[in-house]
Amino acid sequence: MKHLEEYRDKRQVRYLIDKIRDKISTSWNIMEICGGQTHSLLKNGLIEILPEGIIMIHGPGCPVCVTPAMMIDKAIALALNTEVILCSFGDMLRVPGNEKSLLKAKAEGADVRMVYSPLDALAIARKNPEKHIVFFAVGFETTAPANALSVIQAKKLDLDNFSILSSHVLVPPAMAAILRDEETHVQGFLAAGHVCSVMGTDEYEPVAREFNVPIVVTGFEPVDMLNGIYQCISMLENGKTGLMNQYSRVVRSEGNIQAKKIISEVFEVGTREWRGIGEIPQSGLVIRKEYDRFNAEKRFTINKIPMNEDNACMAGLILKGIKKPHQCPYFRNRCTPENPMGAPMVSSEGACAAYYHYGYESAT
Amino acid sequence: MMKRKFSLQCPMPETDFDLVTLGHGSGGRLTNQLLDKGIFSIFKADELQKRDDGAVITLNGPVAFTTDSFVISPIFFPGSNIGELAVNGTVNDLAMCGAVPRYMSLSLIIEEGLKIEDLWEILAAIKISCEQSGVEIVTGDTKVVEKGKGDQIFINTTGIGEILPGARLDTSRIKEGDTIILSGQMATHGISIMTVREGLSFESDILSDTRPLHEMTIDLIRQFGHDIKLLRDPTRGGVATVLNEIAVKQKSGIELIDDTFPLDPQVNAACEILGLDPLYVANEGIFIAVVSLNAADRIVDRLRKFSAGKNAAVIGSVSQDHPGKVIVRSGYGGKRVVGMLAGDQLPRIC
Repeated sequence: MKHLEEYRDKRQVRYLIDKIRDKISTSWNIMEICGGQTHSLLKNGLIEILPEGIIMIHGPGCPVCVTPAMMIDKAIALALNTEVILCSFGDMLRVPGNEKSLLKAKAEGADVRMVYSPLDALAIARKNPEKHIVFFAVGFETTAPANALSVIQAKKLDLDNFSILSSHVLVPPAMAAILRDEETHVQGFLAAGHVCSVMGTDEYEPVAREFNVPIVVTGFEPVDMLNGIYQCISMLENGKTGLMNQYSRVVRSEGNIQAKKIISEVFEVGTREWRGIGEIPQSGLVIRKEYDRFNAEKRFTINKIPMNEDNACMAGLILKGIKKPHQCPYFRNRCTPENPMGAPMVSSEGACAAYYHYGYESAT
Repeated sequence: MMKRKFSLQCPMPETDFDLVTLGHGSGGRLTNQLLDKGIFSIFKADELQKRDDGAVITLNGPVAFTTDSFVISPIFFPGSNIGELAVNGTVNDLAMCGAVPRYMSLSLIIEEGLKIEDLWEILAAIKISCEQSGVEIVTGDTKVVEKGKGDQIFINTTGIGEILPGARLDTSRIKEGDTIILSGQMATHGISIMTVREGLSFESDILSDTRPLHEMTIDLIRQFGHDIKLLRDPTRGGVATVLNEIAVKQKSGIELIDDTFPLDPQVNAACEILGLDPLYVANEGIFIAVVSLNAADRIVDRLRKFSAGKNAAVIGSVSQDHPGKVIVRSGYGGKRVVGMLAGDQLPRIC
């Protein structure tokens, strides 16, 4: 595919691996923030050919993994309401809440539909005026613009049967939370290229400054990943900190101004709960008051569901990069994609599922 | 939507109705009218025309026997429809057993409200596909269920075929060093269906590749006999699932090479966008052959002489290492395990 092949070039990959090997004098712990990056490392077998001494820590950048169980319970409660059609992204369906998943609720009769875009949910709302359509709006800064747009469109169309159940989180506060954790091993970050394509890079400078770490905005293809790693270890080896942009073919420092405008029209920054990590102040997006009529939590009374995160699951330690998936005693025995104990085993972007699926620890 | 039109020489019959109703399944006059005009006027096998409770057929030697139910939604999809799929699916299952497809049963479960026009087009596709594959429909059944108790139409076909004398297909004959061949481009059918599903629809000209595969498999068995050790069509669960089944059953490892997979660039792009691994996407028009190493190149050359086999390629081999596992070697030198999926492959958020 055009504009893709050059970032998958084998010679370039080998060249970068050699360059990284030549550069390092000691071992470094680098966290790739985004689940998509974790997958690229495993799917392409990069993690195996990286020089010894480069330790990749898989970060919390998987929207499915960090959506709290309590939000899934709310989605299920709404889906079980016979007046509601609940629309969701595909990989949210199998994630267990406190009792069950949306797929299980669907089998029990709930009208749950998988969509690719919140705008598809909007189309379903227009087609089914007798039903109320709730879109389960989860994700990071990447999905926020389309989700906000669906609300703006619904307002424009004066649709009274559409709302979103929002559980949006933001990347920079999570990075800060990881760096504040005393147990953290992270010495440098690969920031998520697509998040920065929306938000720009300005928010990352203060994080790099406050915690004295290098942050490299990185893409997803093998050549991108290795370039990002090279830039990150170069800064570490040279004792430098600060922000670099490996993904400049996509990311501009100001981001996508139009998308940012749409986000802030509908959402404002607020405190959010992260699965496995807990509450992080100012770490998410909440729907502005002006859009209450499109906020499912305001439109419906959802009984308070007690928080009951499975304590046996060490998702928090994994999302913070303190443990690797295969270091969990339940990995591959009690906890599998068929019977996940926690979210990182469910999502195709989750670190545990990636390790399970690509058999990393068993293939080596 | 791109849709291949199936039409017969004879025009659609004049009926007093334009929708199938519950009455058509009652066994009374309406049923007879539907069967006379819809079934018996299209399918002409003597055994079927006798309208007995069952068919009496004569076969030679060992027989392959298979059944499959087709519940695909939507029933019309780019390049084909449920009718053609129902014939090809069973023909291909027989072909994978090393058989020459001979006879088939046809059971229709119709949800009331199905348009006669649609039923006619599905039946036309069934007739044309049967002719292409040389199978005869000799027995069948038609039921009508209430609205909401089906999804327009479900089809079951059961097929019988005669095993080719030279066929020696047996998983237990697979050994280290055997070569794995894919007869054509993978993931085409699954992606063509996804392009028209509600909520996922996107524009493309990807057509389902459903087709009968028996001509190729019969030819391979006649030409290469015992060098063909196993034939499988990787439908649900895709190539990865079939290879996992083989690896587990045979307690051997399978090693694939990433760069060798035959894949249409448009299908590949769709998989990238949707976040799907083509190795797990359903196929209808290709098969996997496990063959002796020394015959592998000649087998690929032979397959490439067929239009349906022009993209045939060696994709991997059977190895002694990592028994029970399927490994893909990436072009970069790393490797990954391609395991069994827990359930459906779910598209990713971002």
